[in-house]
Amino acid sequence: MNQRASTALMAPALAWLTALMVVPCLLILALAFFRRGLYGGIEYTFTLENLALVFDPLYAGIFLNSARVAGTAAIIACVIGYAAAYAIAAMPRRHQPMLLFFAVLPFWSNYLIRTYAWIVLLNREGLIVQGARWIGIEGELPPLLYTQGTVIVGLVYSYLPFVILACYAPLSRLNPEIAEASFDLGASSWTTFRRVTLPMTLPGIAVGAVFVFVLSIGNFVTPALLGGGQFQMIGNTIYAQFLTANDWPFGAALSMVLIAIMMGLLFLQTLAVERGSGGRVRDA
Amino acid sequence: MRPLLEVQGIEKRFGTVTAVDGVSLDVAENEFFALLGASGSGKTTLLRMLAGFEDPSGGRVLLDGADITKVPPNHRPVNLMFQSYALFPHMTVRANISYGLEMERLPKAEIARRVDEMLGVIQLEGLAHRKPDQLSGGQKQRVALARALVKRPRLLLLDEPLGALDKKLRSAMQLELKRLQHEVGITFIVVTHDQEEALVMADRIAILKDGKLLQCGTPREVYERPIDRYAADFIGVMNFFEGYPQDGALQVKGATFTSTDPMPQGAAAGAVAAVRPERIRLGRGENTLAGTVRAMAYHGLDLQLHVDTAAGPVTLRLTADVAEAQPLHPGDPVTLGWSARDTRLFPA
Ligand SMILES: Nc1ncnc2c1ncn2[C@@H]1O[C@H](COP(=O)(O)OP(=O)(O)O)[C@@H](O)[C@H]1O
Ligand SMILES: [Mg+2]
Repeated sequence: MNQRASTALMAPALAWLTALMVVPCLLILALAFFRRGLYGGIEYTFTLENLALVFDPLYAGIFLNSARVAGTAAIIACVIGYAAAYAIAAMPRRHQPMLLFFAVLPFWSNYLIRTYAWIVLLNREGLIVQGARWIGIEGELPPLLYTQGTVIVGLVYSYLPFVILACYAPLSRLNPEIAEASFDLGASSWTTFRRVTLPMTLPGIAVGAVFVFVLSIGNFVTPALLGGGQFQMIGNTIYAQFLTANDWPFGAALSMVLIAIMMGLLFLQTLAVERGSGGRVRDA
Repeated sequence: MRPLLEVQGIEKRFGTVTAVDGVSLDVAENEFFALLGASGSGKTTLLRMLAGFEDPSGGRVLLDGADITKVPPNHRPVNLMFQSYALFPHMTVRANISYGLEMERLPKAEIARRVDEMLGVIQLEGLAHRKPDQLSGGQKQRVALARALVKRPRLLLLDEPLGALDKKLRSAMQLELKRLQHEVGITFIVVTHDQEEALVMADRIAILKDGKLLQCGTPREVYERPIDRYAADFIGVMNFFEGYPQDGALQVKGATFTSTDPMPQGAAAGAVAAVRPERIRLGRGENTLAGTVRAMAYHGLDLQLHVDTAAGPVTLRLTADVAEAQPLHPGDPVTLGWSARDTRLFPA
C-alpha cells in the first residue's frame, strides 16, 4: 500500500480523535494555567500555582497512595492472569477459544453492576458474613468493605481479563520446541520457565501490567463504591475538584500530571513490546 | 562390542495413528547413522522418543546398555537438534551456546573456553554477540549444531538439519557435517527425506516406511540390494519391468530377463525386474532390449538417455567418452544390454 492511500485510510480516525479527544483534553489542561474565580469559574490570568499545589505533600501523598494501590493491583493481576493464560495456552488448541471466552465474559457486563455485586457480597449483612455466621463463626468480623484491600481486589477483578488476554497472546505463539530445547540442554522445568518462557513472554506481562496500572490509578468508581470514600485516590480527587469543589484549574493540574504519568508508562510499554518481538513461531 | 544405542521394538501410537511401529535397530559408537523416509513415515517421532520427548507406547531404548526409556530429556546424555532449530531468540549466539554448559554447573572459565572453541569450529567467532534473528539460515543452523555439540553428548540427534538450506549450501554442509562428526567423535543420527543426502553422509542408512523399519544397511547395500520395490524406487533411479516367471526367468513384454536373484515367493501372480541406469550398456548383454531414443539430457560428466522399448520406458546413463564415441539422436534405434548379476527381482 502506498503512503498516500494509508494516510487517506487513517484520516477519519485521526480526525475523530483530534476533534473529540485531543482538542477537548487540551482545552481542559490549558485551564491548569489559570486562576480559579472567587465563586468557581475561571479567572484568565496566568499562574503556575495550581501545578505547584499538585506537589504539596497532601496531594503528592494521594498520588503516591494511588500509585501504590494501582501497582499492587497490577502485580496481583499479572500473577493471577499470567497463571491463567499459561494454563489456557497449555490446553488442547480446540478448547482455547472457549476458555478465553469465559475468562473475558465478566468484561461484557456493566462495570457498575459488577462493582455493586461486590458490595452485596461483602457488606455487613452480605453473603460472606452470612455464610460465616451459618458455619458458626461468632463475634466481630473484620470489615470486608470500605478498605484499601477491598479496592485492590475490586480493581484486580475488573482488569484481570485484560491481563489474561495480554499474556495469552505471546504464550500461545511460543514455539513449543524452544522450551523443549531448554529441557534437552539439561534445564529443569523451573529453569526453563525462568530463563526461556518468562523472558520471551515478558512483553505480554508488561502490556497487562501497564493497562491495569493506568486504568487503576485514574479509576474513581471502584474507590468510591468499594472504598466508600474512606480514603482518596487521585481519580476521586480529580472528580471532587471538578464536581464538588468547583476548582477546575486545580482539577486540570492534577489531570495533567496523571496523564503525563500514563503517557510515560505507555511509552515504556511500547518500547518493551518492540524489544521483545522475537521468538514467534515462524510460518514454515 | 556392544552397540552404543539399542532400540528394541519401539512403537508410538497417537490415538488411532501408529506413527512408529515396532522399530528395532542398533547404532555403533562413532557411527554416522541416517534415518531415511518419506514425509510422515515417523522419522521425527522416532527421534523424539530417543531424545525423551515422546513416551513410547511400547519397546525399549538402551544407551551404553542402560535402559533410558523412562529417563526425562534433561537427564539423557543425548542432544537433539530441532528441525526448526529452536534457538532462544532473546539470547545472543554466545548465550545460546553456553546455556547447556551452564545447566551442567561448570566453572565459568571452562564454559567460556569451550564456547570459544565451539565458535571456532563453526566459524562464527565474529557473530557471537548477535541475536538469532540477525543471522542467515545457514548461520542459525550452525548455531543450533554448536549448541548441541558443545555439551559433548554420547549421541547427537539431528532432525532434517539441512532441510531449510538452499541446494548449494546443502551439499557443502553435507560434507561439513561429516567432517565435523569425524572431528568431534560423537555418534550422529541424522533424519532426512533426501536419499542422496543419506547416501553421501551416512555410514549406515535405515529406511522407514509407514512407521516400520524397511531396511537397514550401508549406503552400498541399500543402493545395490534394495529389499523391495519401494526401497529400490525410493533410493536413486531404478528401471522396473513387470512380468511373469517362466522357466526360472522373467517374461516381460517383448523380452525375457534372467537374474542371479532367486525368483521371489508368490511370483506366479507377477514379479518385477529392476536395473539401475548406470548398469545398462549399449549393445547386447545377458538381458537385452531394443528401443528408440526418445530424449537425451546432458549432465556434465555423463549423459542421461531416455529410451522407449516394448517393455516400457528405460533410463540409462552413458559416460561422456562412450556418448562421444557413438553420437546418438532422438529417433535412433538402439540395443540395450545388461548382465543377470545387475538384475534385481522383487514381488510385484
Ligand atoms: N503429536 C502428534 N499427534 C498426532 N499424530 C502425530 C503426532 N506427531 C506425529 N503424528 C503423526 O505420526 C506420523 C509420523 O509423523 P512424523 O514422525 O512427524 O513423520 P516424519 O518426521 O517422518 O515426517 C504422521 O502421520 C503424523 O501425522
Ligand atoms: Mg519430520
